[in-house]
Amino acid sequence: MLYAILCYHDEDELSAWSKEEDDAVLAKRAVVTRRLAAEGRLGPVARLMPTTAAVTVRSGGEQLVIDGPFAETKEQLLGFYIIECATLEDAIATAQEMRRGESGAFEIRPLRLFEPGTAGT
Amino acid sequence: MTDIAWIDAALKSARPQAISALLRYFRDLDQAEEAFQEACLRALKNWPLNGPPRDPAAWLILVGRNAALDDVRRRKHSEPLPPEEVISDLDDAEADLADRLDSSRYRDDMLRLLFICCHPDLPATQQIALALRIVSGLSVKEIAHAFLVSESAMEQRITRAKRRIAEAQVPYETPGAIERAERLAAVAAMIYLLFNEGYSASGGTAHIRISLCEEAIRLARLLLRMFTAEPEIMGLTALLLLQYARTPARLDADGDIVLLEDQDRGLWHRDMIAEGLALVEKALRHRRAGPYQVQAAIAGVHASAARPDETDWSEIDQLYAVLETLQPSPVVTLNRAVAVSKLHGPAAALAMIEPLAAQLGGYFHFFGVQGAFLMQLGRTDAARVAFDRAIALAHTPAEAAHIRRHLDRLMKDSQAA
Repeated sequence: MLYAILCYHDEDELSAWSKEEDDAVLAKRAVVTRRLAAEGRLGPVARLMPTTAAVTVRSGGEQLVIDGPFAETKEQLLGFYIIECATLEDAIATAQEMRRGESGAFEIRPLRLFEPGTAGT
Repeated sequence: MTDIAWIDAALKSARPQAISALLRYFRDLDQAEEAFQEACLRALKNWPLNGPPRDPAAWLILVGRNAALDDVRRRKHSEPLPPEEVISDLDDAEADLADRLDSSRYRDDMLRLLFICCHPDLPATQQIALALRIVSGLSVKEIAHAFLVSESAMEQRITRAKRRIAEAQVPYETPGAIERAERLAAVAAMIYLLFNEGYSASGGTAHIRISLCEEAIRLARLLLRMFTAEPEIMGLTALLLLQYARTPARLDADGDIVLLEDQDRGLWHRDMIAEGLALVEKALRHRRAGPYQVQAAIAGVHASAARPDETDWSEIDQLYAVLETLQPSPVVTLNRAVAVSKLHGPAAALAMIEPLAAQLGGYFHFFGVQGAFLMQLGRTDAARVAFDRAIALAHTPAEAAHIRRHLDRLMKDSQAA
């Protein structure tokens, strides 16, 4: 099964991280993703720009374009990993390993459809 | 990250919101700061044991407020409240408070706090110092370092600023639309000032300068998250990101200034440029052009050119023309002249800046640019005079050294001839 690991965090807090702290978090996660990649289990990975760069298209009478993210919540979706895991337990363990020592939340979502796409290649 | 690193980041990020709510409650900056400090001390004790609260800002506001009340009660020798450790669960109160915080009130609280720091009664240097102390939570020592003054002088500056704020009596009612817009503009200007203080490299150590720029970017993003649909705040954030992206290439190994066209563009921060460009694009959709947006768009044109000779100078010329109508100033015209020199040659550009001489007679860059145009035209004697005047007006050794290199080149050229 393919799973998406969606990384949620408070952007205020993220912007209080120093460059070194940010690098340390990414380095820690890279330990896991390197292993997954070697095992042929790593799909696309994306880090999103801050929600201040987002616009949201909504249906109104006509299609409305609104500044900002879709959900006005404290924790925002900031990026995701697509990984291949045999079981949900496996996916949870992987997410736990990636998240270790961090304060945000990782949501795990099984994928229904997967197209690797051609953008950026 | 370790517990302490995480708590540190959480306290730093919760600070503006927590202090602004405590300020509304106490209506006194010192009291709000003290209450926040107390809440932070308790957080350092509690959070590692009980785990992080769901909403750190709400926790700090509640605990800070209770601690201050507790203090008042103690002073009155009345019955003390139970100590923090005995209150087993703050959750209900926290949830209730968080609900109230989520209302639009917190936006006005934060804007008020930021606005107080850049109150028109305060001189610019006090504005930045106060914002760094109150909103960003930098220590007096750190701020003193950044401004190259003694700690006691900075302490005095901040105390004076606070006194003036108290005298100015900023109203605590919810501001009307016009007042809100005025406050927003003042806060944006203060953030830009803070950024330039870090960017202009007029002294202090490089490390502290960089942190001033990063702090300005953090505040701009904070402001934009509160006012998501304000194109000028998008423009401001974009402008800071696009300028800051060039930092690694701005000075050479000796600390000398490297001009935009000589910079190693491979050193620029690509992700900041991408974010800046995304924000400019988003802002321009609103079709409400403003000075920050236009300046960001100009920085964006430079950032989009892979090589200097790929720069779209005609686009830059047009953007400066827009800026001249939005915010007429001889400095804007001087900058436009550089674009004109690329498009139509140095003679046209020189003619354009000649009328500015009276207004910009004390401005380093005017003579630097004039000298460069004259040099391109082969008028070496006049160029030398302009460069000499630029050196006399230079603020930093790096600026003077940069002009001196032009003079050396003139000297070499004339010897070769």
